[in-house]
Amino acid sequence: MKFFTKAPLMFQPYIPLLILIGFVVANAILMLGLSHVLSTYRRTPVKIAPYESGMPVLGDARERFSVKFYLIAMLFIVFDIETVFMIPWAVAFRQLGQMSGMLLIEMFVFMAILGVGYVYVWKRGALQWD
Amino acid sequence: MSPELKGFILLSILKMLVVFTVVLVGVALLTLMERKVSAWMQNRRGPNRVGWAGLLQPAADGLKNIVKEETFPAVANTGLFLLAPAMAFIPALLLSGVIPWAAPLPISVDDFGEAIHAGLTSLYLEPTGRFISWLFHLVFGPVSFHGVLSGAVADLPVGFLFILAVSSLGVYGIALAGWSSNSKYALLGGLRSSAQMVSYEVAMGVSLIPVLLLSGNVSFSEIINRQQAGTWYIFPLFLSFFLYFVSGFAETNRLPFDLPEAESELIAGYHTEYSAMKFSMFFIAEYSNVVTVSAVASALFFGGWDVPFISVDPAHPGLLGTVNLGLLFTLLSALVMFVKTMTFIFVVMWIRWTLPRFRYDQLMALGWKVMLPMALGYVMIISTAIYVIEHGLGIESARTQSWILFGLNLILAYGVFGLLDRGRIVSGSNSRTRVPGPGPVAGARRVA
Repeated sequence: MKFFTKAPLMFQPYIPLLILIGFVVANAILMLGLSHVLSTYRRTPVKIAPYESGMPVLGDARERFSVKFYLIAMLFIVFDIETVFMIPWAVAFRQLGQMSGMLLIEMFVFMAILGVGYVYVWKRGALQWD
Repeated sequence: MSPELKGFILLSILKMLVVFTVVLVGVALLTLMERKVSAWMQNRRGPNRVGWAGLLQPAADGLKNIVKEETFPAVANTGLFLLAPAMAFIPALLLSGVIPWAAPLPISVDDFGEAIHAGLTSLYLEPTGRFISWLFHLVFGPVSFHGVLSGAVADLPVGFLFILAVSSLGVYGIALAGWSSNSKYALLGGLRSSAQMVSYEVAMGVSLIPVLLLSGNVSFSEIINRQQAGTWYIFPLFLSFFLYFVSGFAETNRLPFDLPEAESELIAGYHTEYSAMKFSMFFIAEYSNVVTVSAVASALFFGGWDVPFISVDPAHPGLLGTVNLGLLFTLLSALVMFVKTMTFIFVVMWIRWTLPRFRYDQLMALGWKVMLPMALGYVMIISTAIYVIEHGLGIESARTQSWILFGLNLILAYGVFGLLDRGRIVSGSNSRTRVPGPGPVAGARRVA
């Protein structure tokens, strides 16, 4: 029961955020809509073709592209999650007083494990673009 | 709804309208500033026809973009094509809502209707005041507010995390724009941009960890308070700022990392097929991201709204003493924050005409092979240093700690700027031009 009486105060900072989200979304829709209503629209075959520096369009853009982009996306997920792990560690680091030595060792172990993976990725050439 | 909560919401909406207007008008004026700064650096005049010194140029451009013809490429995915500019625009403008733009303002008003009445009466507008006050009571009923109003639209307890999370949403707009246009230039630009943004986001996230180590909090107001009590974090965490600012350039697709829209290679990158207001929205998003990066840099490393040498905390007086929070100080602090942010925005424009564009493989190598390990190593060095200073040397004063870390940073900065890389990890621009094969062609003269 205590949660329900305290909850409104705790979530108070988020009320303006919700209003802001609504306001910004409304603005985006308004901008797109206004421009759609006010602008003229005359289609010609050349105008609606994809732009290729004025040359006749060659083929479709839905081609296969380099696998490197997928690799980067996967590496990003690994390292970004690792950043997420580090944020609570960093916030708690100085508040634990004498325990922070333990935290420091833990982070060194974490970094060592991460480092092995990082060196492996580097040596296998996943970070190489050519 | 209680009058107190109503007052909080009304004041928040007021703040939101002010911040939103200032950011949108500011972004429009930034396009003019960019052109003027470019012109100044290239010894020409820049826009000077529309309005005084070209001040109405952004308004003319905006008006033109609203009434211009929209083009929809026949092969594009219309739904996603329309969604993409909104997806870029929304997160970019949401970010401005959690940054504290001014010092908190203590407000104590029992009834806002009465306050409006009293205020207008003092300006000899008694009948108007009575009417507005009556209208206010009719619409909102009793509204009161007692407390400290934060300088941010939404002073989230997790403001820092919000910035990191929402700024990474911007990549959706760009990836969608590139893919849904179904044009080769747009696709390449979108792919490049998303790979670049996610790469540098890792470096950016890790480079900000030392700030959390020192402040022990993820709310912007608390981080700024800690900087007032100690020193601005630029001193103890200089390299952190450097890494953050460099990744900021990559995150906002600015030169020297503007590969996604390298004009000479990709026309305009992911927004090649966009015209009219949809193009404008990408532009607004890009500039508003520049504003956010600059504002976050000044909030995290340069004390945000903190006026130099003046403190609001009697426990930690500044060199020129302490002041009480109030309307005057809030306005002064907003001005200080504005100057700090504008300085960084100017640096961003300055860099544009100073450094040439990176090659794509150099860009990715810099992000993954230099910035990321540097940021990770820096986190470990700073955390070890903090542990040694606090528990080994037993120094408690935040200011002394900061200056010791500053000394450490000077040593590290020499290592970074003087010794690291030098073309060993990120290949230099001429390392590939050496053609393997049998010597120079007979008769060809070597050009020195």
